[in-house]
Amino acid sequence: MNVRQIGLFIENRAGRLQTVAQRLGDAGIDIRALSLADTSDFGILRLIVNRTEDAVAVLKQAGFTLKLAEVVAAEIPDRAGGLASVLAVLEAAGMNVEYMYAFVEKTASQAVLVFRFNDPAAAVQALQQVGIRVLQEADVGRL
Amino acid sequence: MIFERRCETMSRDELRRLQGERLHAMLRRVYEAVPFYRRKLDESGVTPESVRSLDDLPRLPFTLKTDFRDQYPFGMFAVPMSKVVRVHASSGTTGKPVVVGYTRNDIALWARTVARTLAAGGGTRRDILQIAYGYGLFTGGLGLHYGGEKLGATVVPMSGGNTHRQVMLMQDFGTTLLCCTPSYALEIAEVAEELHVNLRDLPLRAGFFGAEPWSQEMRRKIEERMGIEAFDIYGLTEVIGPGVACECRAHNGLHVFEDHFYPEIVDPVSGAPLPDGQRGELVLTCFTKEAGPLIRYRTRDLTALHREPCACGRTLTRMERVSGRTDDMLIIRGVNVFPSQIETALLQVQGVAPHYLIIVDRKGPLDEIEIQVEVDEALFSDQVRNLEMLQRRLAHEVHGSLGLSAKITLVEPKTIERTPGKAKRVIDRRKL
Repeated sequence: MNVRQIGLFIENRAGRLQTVAQRLGDAGIDIRALSLADTSDFGILRLIVNRTEDAVAVLKQAGFTLKLAEVVAAEIPDRAGGLASVLAVLEAAGMNVEYMYAFVEKTASQAVLVFRFNDPAAAVQALQQVGIRVLQEADVGRL
Repeated sequence: MIFERRCETMSRDELRRLQGERLHAMLRRVYEAVPFYRRKLDESGVTPESVRSLDDLPRLPFTLKTDFRDQYPFGMFAVPMSKVVRVHASSGTTGKPVVVGYTRNDIALWARTVARTLAAGGGTRRDILQIAYGYGLFTGGLGLHYGGEKLGATVVPMSGGNTHRQVMLMQDFGTTLLCCTPSYALEIAEVAEELHVNLRDLPLRAGFFGAEPWSQEMRRKIEERMGIEAFDIYGLTEVIGPGVACECRAHNGLHVFEDHFYPEIVDPVSGAPLPDGQRGELVLTCFTKEAGPLIRYRTRDLTALHREPCACGRTLTRMERVSGRTDDMLIIRGVNVFPSQIETALLQVQGVAPHYLIIVDRKGPLDEIEIQVEVDEALFSDQVRNLEMLQRRLAHEVHGSLGLSAKITLVEPKTIERTPGKAKRVIDRRKL
């Protein structure tokens, strides 16, 4: 299974981000990756966690509006030019990136690029064709 | 089912004759018994003897809400207090409440018109009727209560609030009919979802909703979330309470029980009568109530009347769903705006939850409107541009229907206050 990302609607006011982090922390859920897109009024918090179902239940209980989305997590060596080479592959395959963010693995010298595509299956295929490893949700949970 | 078939299906000619007779009898009665009305009739030069049919109605003076305030508390009563067995009062937001009295016969009449209402929605003695309207001086709770008993249904007098318990009783008692305000129905649906109770799986099959204006879109939302057929009911304290008009299963407007409560539509500004089909202020004349007859009461509710036959067999005039009130009309930058218009505009954009709040303010020389809209899962997207597009579409719909630019603010669910009674839709911060 491709990695699932939790997208959360949060109002731009004090303490909302803290509430999310606190609820997940209290439930013993680890945040693997996080990105925040914001406007002057509201923000969209995107999260990848180690226990997706539990996190959804906890956040719904807390009254948040959320949505799960399938994202593509590509693992590449953490060195200069890594991102550019992946983007070149996607560009060549005509894939349009809706948005992306990245994180670095703790133990291995690898970086993980998280992409949101309209057509994740086609993107996975394009990446795998050139030998780029695409992580499964279980892989991310173990990182 | 038609609860009082003879009254609800008589020919228009016969009905009109009956109304003329009742109007004449009522005028004679109030002229003798209510000094306020005697003075009013004398001033307008109308004698009860000269009024013989409905054609004479436009010559009669209006009764206004302020008349109730001036006659507070019991000056409008047409019988001695020894005959009054109950009083109710409206939740006045300013000044003194409107007080109405009922004789024993009035209570019986009220029970019959509410029983008609419930029967029009398919209610029978086999139903379990949960009343989530408030009990007390407000007419909603006790009005539905007596009507439910008159119908022979099993009445559960739950009253408003305590939403968890409402859901529990619906499950445990097998409630089949629910009565409350439409905004409270949505609140019950939300709490049920939080409790993982699927209302659609319960025996609940119909709801009777009134006491505040609501839209067709809100009806669809309630029907879908509760798995029921929703009926719009209409009434007001000054006339009797609930049981003035109700929808039948044709859902083609609300039948007015005009053998007792006669409807007219007038221009809200000039007071001139308007023809059928034209929207204006509803005016009601109350023929038969012993303690509280009314001559041409200005309801401040905006609607239109239709008299074509209805598929259900009732011959009674139908009024359209109330689309606003002359007194909660906001004037923003000189434009007349009703909250219901904003609601309809917002709901044009698919998926918007019907929880919204209109905030009017004046920071510079101009009025500013902000509309807060709760973001539910149906319209949430994890992409900023989709949410910004949603804001633009909402603003566009509001502009299209009102000609005003509003700032749309997307807010988290449950940030707009829920109330068991009438929903608060407008905050006006202007200091004018």
